[in-house]
Amino acid sequence: MDFALDFEQQALVNSLEEFCRRELYPHEAVVEELRYVPDEIKQEIRRKSLEAGFDGMNLPEEWGGPGLDKQTKMQAERVMGKPSTALGQCMNRGVTGILFKCRDEQIEEYLLPSIRGERKNAFALTEPGAGSDARAIVTRAERQGGEWVINGVKQFISGADIADFIILIAVSGTDQTPKGPRKRFTAFLVDKASPGLRVEPMKSIVTRGYNPTMVYFDNVRVPDSKILGGEGEGFNTANEWLYDGRVALSAHCVGRAERIFDMTKEWAGSRKAFGRTIGEFQGIGFKIANMAIDIKLGDLMVKEAAWKMDNDLMNRTEASMVNYYCSEMVFRVADNAVQIFGGMGMMEDFPIQRFWRDARIERIWEGTSEIHQDVIAKDLLRPYRN
Amino acid sequence: MKILVPVKRVVDYNVKIRVKPDGSGVDLANVKMSMNPFDEIGVEEALRLKEAGKATEVVVVSIGPAQAAETLRTGLAMGADRGILVKTDAAVEPLAVAKILKGVVEAEAPGLVILGKQAIDDDCAQTGQMLSALLGWSQGTFASKVVIDGDVLSVTREVDGGLQTVKLKMPAIVTTDLRLNEPRYASLPNIMKAKKKPIDEKTPADFGVDTTPRLKVLTTVEPGARKAGVKVGSVAELVQKLKSEAGVI
Repeated sequence: MDFALDFEQQALVNSLEEFCRRELYPHEAVVEELRYVPDEIKQEIRRKSLEAGFDGMNLPEEWGGPGLDKQTKMQAERVMGKPSTALGQCMNRGVTGILFKCRDEQIEEYLLPSIRGERKNAFALTEPGAGSDARAIVTRAERQGGEWVINGVKQFISGADIADFIILIAVSGTDQTPKGPRKRFTAFLVDKASPGLRVEPMKSIVTRGYNPTMVYFDNVRVPDSKILGGEGEGFNTANEWLYDGRVALSAHCVGRAERIFDMTKEWAGSRKAFGRTIGEFQGIGFKIANMAIDIKLGDLMVKEAAWKMDNDLMNRTEASMVNYYCSEMVFRVADNAVQIFGGMGMMEDFPIQRFWRDARIERIWEGTSEIHQDVIAKDLLRPYRN
Repeated sequence: MKILVPVKRVVDYNVKIRVKPDGSGVDLANVKMSMNPFDEIGVEEALRLKEAGKATEVVVVSIGPAQAAETLRTGLAMGADRGILVKTDAAVEPLAVAKILKGVVEAEAPGLVILGKQAIDDDCAQTGQMLSALLGWSQGTFASKVVIDGDVLSVTREVDGGLQTVKLKMPAIVTTDLRLNEPRYASLPNIMKAKKKPIDEKTPADFGVDTTPRLKVLTTVEPGARKAGVKVGSVAELVQKLKSEAGVI
């Protein structure tokens, strides 16, 4: 077993870290204040990321990417967990997996411009009445005069405010099966300028600049050619994309925890109380030790998960395990960091409170912690079920 | 024209270094190592000259243990064409480094050698000057600007109290200062290409250089803690303190 990064992985990690330190970190406070990324900052990051060859780094070779293995990709994503999500998104590292289902003219219209970073999308599944229980969505697409007419409301849609098109999952019909009626889910590519489509911002306390929105569909009409991947196949996503999403999120959590921990060590090693640095008190020392161990475990789980993906050994139980551990871990680390910073950890002038707020969402999106636990338990107990 | 850029493997500039408890040196166990930042500026300058059509090949050379090959690969990942590793596990002092580099220069015949003005580990700031003396070449040290015009090299130097521009005949030695350029990020395509670029392995003996130390480190100590400053209430008070306490005006 070899836990060391090879030259290529280490060089990419070093280069990305330097990029984040020089090009992204300096803008974080501004984005936090404004709640959006100003255009000139966005353009500058785009240009520099293109120059450095980071654009499209997560793309497979067939779409012009470098075809990195998962281990390298997840190590790179670990670094990309360090800067603010909104700024990291300005780099065009890859595209939403489901977009690879594009066929015929969809490739020219949606996939290629997304690869080039010219068009951004937002993925719209969640609704006011359907979060973890995704099959409970009610947004419907009805066939009328050779077109689909879409009506419904989507909630917590990240980035729809700055997107050019929406990847929408809607109910396109109901099948009668021996087990009862079954909804047909279909993915649609809907241009944001479509009549009847309206995006409303939601005010969130996390990942400012990468904002959740409400998306309203009021008799939005789209032709057959906007169906992504076949009618009734909206939930047939490749496992690879699912694992990619979960493990990348886990890697982000590890990277973010590392950054929080670096700031915390600095503080614990320099802040004085009762004539000593606070790190010299056992109460703080134990926290520092536990944070270090917690981060290491997350890092090892991400490395193992990536290794499993590279060797076709990944499954949804494992994906939920790493996702659960890392998202809970980053919040524990952030919360301990606040405790060690004390009152200063709550001040807006200090970044710790932002990391603490941002860490909280990791236990909720991409599957809540409870859903992951549910998946793990169900999968492990399945052989014993009558 | 070929440009030779010596690069040194040093403790990463972000690392908080610690002196070994016995004072024999700096603790290097499990410490992140990187290319000396001034050498990185040297690689960047060489690459820019190559991109501007003033040079045809950029060769990076490092003297050190087997791991110095990683430092060379970093240079290759920035865009250098090939590397030379002069392998030795011994500590090599500036004069021995300069003598080895003289051997490399004689074998490679570059038109320009760009070195960092100093390495951030021992801060000697000697190698470039020594190499220039050994070769009998002109030198432009602490460069903040380098312009090649035919076989004349203009080097703007950062000197006390301002800038000085010297014109050198090539071949020549340049040492880089911080403001010469901002090094590029190793791009992903170049990182992937770096693995396939050649690295030649040599030893100090190949150049007939004896690396036996001539200097002895007596002790290494942490710098003293900085004392807290004072706040002044007004400009008048500041001027008064500068006069009476600091004695600088």
